[in-house]
Amino acid sequence: MLINEDVLGRIFSGWTSILRKCVFRVLRVGPIPCHVAIIMDGNRRYAKRKRLEEGTGHDAGAMALLYLLVYCYELGIKYVTAYAFSIDNFKRNPEEVQKIMDLMMESVFLLARLSKVCSLRVHFAGNLQLLSADLRTAAKKLMENTAGNSNLVLTICVSYTCSDEILHAVEESCKEKTETTGRDDESVIKLADIEKHMYMAVAPDPDILIRTGGECRLSNFLLWQSCCCHLSSIFTVWPEFGVLHLVKVVLDFQHKYSYFARKKNAIMELENG
Amino acid sequence: MLFSLHFSLPPAITPLPFKPLSHVPHHHHTLNMLPSPPVLKSPLCSTMEHFTLNHHGKEEGLDGGVEVDQTLPLGLRRETMPRHVAVIMDGNRRWARSRDLPVRSGYEAGVRSLRTIVELCCKWGIKALSVFAFSSDNWFRPKVEVELLMSLFERGMQEDTGIFFRENIRISVIGDLVKLPQALQELILNLEETTKNNTHFQLIVAVSYSGQYDVVQACQRLALKAKHGHIEPSDIDISLIEQELETNCSEFPRPDLLIRTGGEFRISNFMLWQLAYTELFFAQSLWPDFGEAEFLKALLAFQQRQRRYGC
Repeated sequence: MLINEDVLGRIFSGWTSILRKCVFRVLRVGPIPCHVAIIMDGNRRYAKRKRLEEGTGHDAGAMALLYLLVYCYELGIKYVTAYAFSIDNFKRNPEEVQKIMDLMMESVFLLARLSKVCSLRVHFAGNLQLLSADLRTAAKKLMENTAGNSNLVLTICVSYTCSDEILHAVEESCKEKTETTGRDDESVIKLADIEKHMYMAVAPDPDILIRTGGECRLSNFLLWQSCCCHLSSIFTVWPEFGVLHLVKVVLDFQHKYSYFARKKNAIMELENG
Repeated sequence: MLFSLHFSLPPAITPLPFKPLSHVPHHHHTLNMLPSPPVLKSPLCSTMEHFTLNHHGKEEGLDGGVEVDQTLPLGLRRETMPRHVAVIMDGNRRWARSRDLPVRSGYEAGVRSLRTIVELCCKWGIKALSVFAFSSDNWFRPKVEVELLMSLFERGMQEDTGIFFRENIRISVIGDLVKLPQALQELILNLEETTKNNTHFQLIVAVSYSGQYDVVQACQRLALKAKHGHIEPSDIDISLIEQELETNCSEFPRPDLLIRTGGEFRISNFMLWQLAYTELFFAQSLWPDFGEAEFLKALLAFQQRQRRYGC
């Protein structure tokens, strides 16, 4: 099923858009998270509950992500990272996997259009070698074409697990050390080396990690980057995640913000002596 | 960080003894009276009554067909007990402050809580318990507090050695131990060595630990092995990294369940790699108040979860 391309027009216009912007203006009085990460769980349950054709839950999920991007752009959130497809998901039914890959391809074209409207940079994080050549090429092209955009950075984690990301970072660090190594102590891999080579090096660590669908686990998503961030498990399935849920998440963040700011300052003060 | 661990108690407080492992809980019959819970909006908070009775709820002998596991509270199923539970013991200082007690009292109350949980794990068939005693971030606390914690930790290890042997408990300590006082390092090494053959239960204490540090040291060790020709660089894979993590001291390196007390919803750099598919449970209670009832809630909630391991 194709994503409806008229949706862009619908999101940006109408009285709901005006009302939403008013609410966001009020929210912006307080601190806004810089980076929101999402595990978009519950698409299949959504389709089952609505008695839709199998696979259409993911279409609804893609629409929900599109809406979320617009909301984040209006609210001033700078980074959004979405867990679209895990390496573990390759174990699913091959038909479902193919449907998701087809959906990903359509999304690439829709994101290309959206990137022109709101200066969106798109980044794909994951082991892209596991994807088909066509999808990999389309993804790389979108990354290149949007590399100069800066209003909002969307990272789509596809063919991704954090374990694989760390492994890749270690391999790259080892290669770099082998090529440039002089003294023995320079050849030891450090934390900074690993972080430099992570797929997620394009973005700072998330401020909030949201999981929809009611489960309370990380499923190998951003384990490294979410070490200190606020975790939020929401019972709503992903296709039904809307502006009100986002507002609640941001309010939650604002409630916790003083703790995070104090902790960051305390650590920086002590590190600087 | 809002938590730490020490094993010792001051002379003024009588230490609670470990109960013999054959102790049968008295309360499990009361669970028969509880109705089925409603569907919940959020599975996170322990104040949600998120457990159901299953067929084990039937009284033994009444239907003639169902076996009740007498060592487990009613509702818990032996076959889906987590093998490895991890705990972030948060809330000791808040507990003390709320009672106008010194911070030291909060830590001591935390120890009592830990002893209760260790005892329950032994009784209920959980094989390993990892506790986040002192984070690498905790070194940033005031020096006086850090020194207090180190001295309490040292005293506790000395005083509880008998208990570990009596209850056949293996102690492992993970973390960047180089930063600890020398005497404490020696104590730890000695305790690990003397309990290494204990098999009933393993208590893993994370001290001066961070999940990122654990991954970095694992990768450094592998890179060194590759450099010295013991392995090929291309051999480095996820499984090799996992073998070098500090949790390689355990038969079950990946916790099945992580409980964080104190009401905060974050991992705080505890065991990042190992928590990839772990079920998370966030409890509102402060750690010193986290007892048998709260632990039971967490385990029952865990047993309701459908684990997909990423699929």
